Amino acid sequence: MESLQSAPVETRTPTKMSGIGRVLVAVYGVLALAALGRSFVQIVSKYDEAPLAYALSALAAAVYVVATIALVRPGVVWYRVAWATIAFEFTGVLVVGTLSIVDPALFPHDTVWSWFGRGYLFIPLVLPVLGMWWLAKHRPTAGAA
Amino acid sequence: MIEWFTWVQLPVAVAAGLLCLVLGFAGRVPSDLTLGALAVVELLVLVQIVVAIAAPGFGNSPTGSALEFWVYLVSAALLPPAAAFWALLERNRWSTVVLGVAALSVGVMVYRMLQIWTVQSV
Repeated sequence: MESLQSAPVETRTPTKMSGIGRVLVAVYGVLALAALGRSFVQIVSKYDEAPLAYALSALAAAVYVVATIALVRPGVVWYRVAWATIAFEFTGVLVVGTLSIVDPALFPHDTVWSWFGRGYLFIPLVLPVLGMWWLAKHRPTAGAA
Repeated sequence: MIEWFTWVQLPVAVAAGLLCLVLGFAGRVPSDLTLGALAVVELLVLVQIVVAIAAPGFGNSPTGSALEFWVYLVSAALLPPAAAFWALLERNRWSTVVLGVAALSVGVMVYRMLQIWTVQSV
């Protein structure tokens, strides 16, 4: 009857970011910061040169920020947001990466995704895969709000 | 940007990053050693800020975009405190790995900053 007392202390809301997920979130955070900073510079100083590439940079940066937040926040809704944003990134890096090699004239200026993220040590290519793998392994439980 | 100082700063950031990664993967929680390494990295970034403010006054100006340089520099200055803060919130091996990721990111950013300052004449 007193067994409730002996239950292990699990009062803290389990967040998605414990364990190795923290590293994933940290890398996402750094990438979000880098993409945000870069697109800020591009848009402020030379937006007219390549509106498409720079608008895309800004969009990618915004999505990285949302993905970072979604990875940290608990709950089913944020879990879906994380899936959506990470899938978007993966599509983006594949499509833009391929286009930038097949038809370089389309993207004369670098974006985060040009050449599969070469300017970012290919992290934009690898990270979504790790992110999706991690999300698949950490489905939110019904109990966690 | 003083080139030799930057060439000192780079290996320090990389060494601190590798140290934290190795200790983190070995299962060590953040310690005085790893947090201290991050503090050194941060200190050097702060010195770099002072240098970057003063240098143009001595005729040493960036060849590339000053705006881009400063975005990198400010971002680099924010990373170690953020990682350290996080490491103190939840002390486990992965916080040590996060410290390493932050230090390595600072290294990459410093290298980019060096490129912007010295060789990127657009």
